[in-house]
Amino acid sequence: MEIIMIGLASILFGAGIYNLLQKQLLRIVVGTVLISHGAHLYFLTMAQLKRGAPPLVVDGVTEYTDPLPQALVLTAIVIAFGVTSFLLVLAYRTYTVNKTDNMEELRGSDHE
Amino acid sequence: MIYAVFAPLLFAVLIPFLSRWKEKVHTGWLILPVPFLIFLYFLQFVGPNFEPQVQSVQWIPSLDISLSFHLDGLSLLFALLISGIGTLVVLYSIYYLNHKEQLGHFYTYLYIFMTAMLGVVLSDNVFALYAFWEFTSISSFLLIGYWHYRERSRYGALKSMLITVLGGFSLLAGIILLTIVTGTTSIREMVAQADVIVDSHYFPFILAFLLLGAFTKSAQFPFHIWLPDAMEAPTPVSAYLHSATMVKAGIYLMARFSPILAGDPNFFFLLSLFGIVTLVWGSFMAVRQTDLKGILAYSTISQLGMIMAMLGFGTDVALFAAVFHILNHATFKGSLFMVAGIVDHETGTRDIRKLGGLMTFMPISFTLAIFGTFSMAGVPLPFLNGFYSKEMFFDATLVNSASGPFMEALVAALPVLAVIGSIFTFVYSMYLFFGTFTGKYKEEELPQTPHEAPKMMLLPPFILILGVITIGLFPEMFNQGLITHAADAVFGAENNQDIYFWHGLVPAFYMSVAVVVLGITLYLTKSKWEGIYSVLPGRLSFNRVYDWLIEKIETGSNKVTTSYMTGSLRFYMVLTLTAIFAITLGVLIQTNGVNFEVTDVAPITTKELIVAAIMAIAAIATIFVHNRIAIILIVGVIGYGLAILFVFYRAPDLALTQLIVETVTVVLFMLCFYHLPNLQKSTTPLLTKGVNVAISVGFGLLLMVIGVSAYNSRAFDSIADYYIENADPLAGGYNMVNVILVDFRGIDTLFEVAVLFGAALAIIAMIKLRRDKGAK
Repeated sequence: MEIIMIGLASILFGAGIYNLLQKQLLRIVVGTVLISHGAHLYFLTMAQLKRGAPPLVVDGVTEYTDPLPQALVLTAIVIAFGVTSFLLVLAYRTYTVNKTDNMEELRGSDHE
Repeated sequence: MIYAVFAPLLFAVLIPFLSRWKEKVHTGWLILPVPFLIFLYFLQFVGPNFEPQVQSVQWIPSLDISLSFHLDGLSLLFALLISGIGTLVVLYSIYYLNHKEQLGHFYTYLYIFMTAMLGVVLSDNVFALYAFWEFTSISSFLLIGYWHYRERSRYGALKSMLITVLGGFSLLAGIILLTIVTGTTSIREMVAQADVIVDSHYFPFILAFLLLGAFTKSAQFPFHIWLPDAMEAPTPVSAYLHSATMVKAGIYLMARFSPILAGDPNFFFLLSLFGIVTLVWGSFMAVRQTDLKGILAYSTISQLGMIMAMLGFGTDVALFAAVFHILNHATFKGSLFMVAGIVDHETGTRDIRKLGGLMTFMPISFTLAIFGTFSMAGVPLPFLNGFYSKEMFFDATLVNSASGPFMEALVAALPVLAVIGSIFTFVYSMYLFFGTFTGKYKEEELPQTPHEAPKMMLLPPFILILGVITIGLFPEMFNQGLITHAADAVFGAENNQDIYFWHGLVPAFYMSVAVVVLGITLYLTKSKWEGIYSVLPGRLSFNRVYDWLIEKIETGSNKVTTSYMTGSLRFYMVLTLTAIFAITLGVLIQTNGVNFEVTDVAPITTKELIVAAIMAIAAIATIFVHNRIAIILIVGVIGYGLAILFVFYRAPDLALTQLIVETVTVVLFMLCFYHLPNLQKSTTPLLTKGVNVAISVGFGLLLMVIGVSAYNSRAFDSIADYYIENADPLAGGYNMVNVILVDFRGIDTLFEVAVLFGAALAIIAMIKLRRDKGAK
């Protein structure tokens, strides 16, 4: 199962990178979201999947799933969310100021 | 001794305050005693019984760098020249620069230079030597660019800076290698290990680096081009730096390391060859100049070449003559620069074509110039010091031995080239003298009516000319007290030569006669053969090479930069990703890290497969769907799919968070999307570029390979057991993930909160803050 999940994460990465290489700002944001999804899945997978019960202490259970990667991914999800929302608002502002969301046109002038 | 070295620097700090009263008292008067006292201090060492002195102060003991000063004969000669001519130059500049100039700047730079130069010649520690060496480059740069509002001054300053600093770095490389080879930073200890250095396999590099350093500083062919352009400096600077002191720093370096390097035949070959070529080329080019200082600049180049060549010969006579000529050249060249400055000051021009017949207007300058130019030309008169050293130079060219065909050719050519160079020296000296002071007086071409300079302005060149005559009349007096000690230091052993005016009918005498006879002939027929300059240097000039090089470096680097700094985000992404891809793949293959042996995996279940398949299809669909609403929804599908996977994989907290975050993200996407105007809502077909596909697919595959390989090479077990066992007993919680988040690894959470807080603030700022278009 892990191999398939790694494959899925790689597909998410590939699709994300493809979107990242596009011109439109919205697509670039979509690309970053896909890449962060891929990274989270990758993370969880690398710590082995399904080795016991959910990490909630229950009497009598000795085998639990590894709680550490879950904690790390939780942190990562929140940070990715913060960054994504910031990027979205940045895209919005960029559009309202520059009247374009085409990255090829947003090339900073030489005089700055 | 250390006070003597640093006194000018200390006073340089005071000069800006002193220059406030420059309208009442010329700043030069206030600081004139400093170099004079240093001169007197060094003068006390002169005498037949001179013993080398050492004084050392710790600077960076951990790196074995100290300010250790070693005063031997060579250093003493240079220190006397620097402080003595320094005094005269300051005196001269008092009359040359009036109080409307920025005197504070001028004297500050000049005194920094004085300390730097004294430091160069007295340092025993190579790194201290290098530090002072670069100080001379920097202060020289400042002095050349003194009239910074003139474009030529800035050009000359930059050129000399670039060339001398290039040599400075080369010197640094050389001394670092010397330190590595010998394990010491002291020049005296290096001299003691001369065999070790010459035998080491770094020796060719050491030699090349040191030679490059010396050649650039001392304006040797083909690095001589900065010196004529440095003539844009005020004349006192030219007289001081570019005739007597700084340009001799390279000479000093070669003389100082001569006991080490002279054992190598390449040293002889390179130094003699470049020196003699510089001598001939410099004197040849000097005849062509029309500017008084231009003539003197090329003359300096040529004389430096002569000294360099003599240092290369390495025989006792040659080294003695080299040291002797250092002294002689400093006296007559310094005075000639000052006379040229006086002519410039009193007539308003330095163009020799406009000058002429000044003899009657400026009798004293005329008299001083006779001695200066005739001494430079080497006219055989018993009261001109230039003749003595020239005669010794001819002697020295005749006694070299050689091995190998190239060296034999060089040794055979040396006397001939020396005579040719001296003939041209004779010609330009005569041209300089007679062209300025005799002939027709061209009143209408001169900007000012010429008249004699103030007496005090004539005093410094007068003193120098007095030196020329004294050395000429009583050479033995200087020999015993000063020159012998310097020659000993360069030769590395006792080197006591006698200086005679009359050698008898020896070859050197005939060479001198030939120089005078041919020189007079060539001077008188100068107008007939001047056409040769349109043929020989013609369009060939190292200035053109320099300008071309500078221009090419600028345009070339500009081209390189614009070729990859396109301003396109996509292009940067492509570069970054390709680099990551290539490096990762390279490391992977290099370390043989690929490993597909699959062990210890969870069983495959159908429901997970279905979710995974949906997510994969959705991810690929984002590329092909052109409707933006659809893209957002698809992103949502992927996020929710991930949440479901989290459920499958026993991560309830993750699933919960993922669901909420995904919902909010989709809402945010929608909001953002809503604000984009209609025009932009229209779907644009994506440019499917091969590069994008290749990079994306390649990256996906690479990650796949890395993931599988990494999964199968576990080095050790997880530390999860600790958290599982201690969540309840230590932290008092049942939810292990939450316990890790807030208890075991709470700092992460703190800063994660800070990230969210920062993002929220930034969003508010971006939406609320508006800058007016005009207020930029």
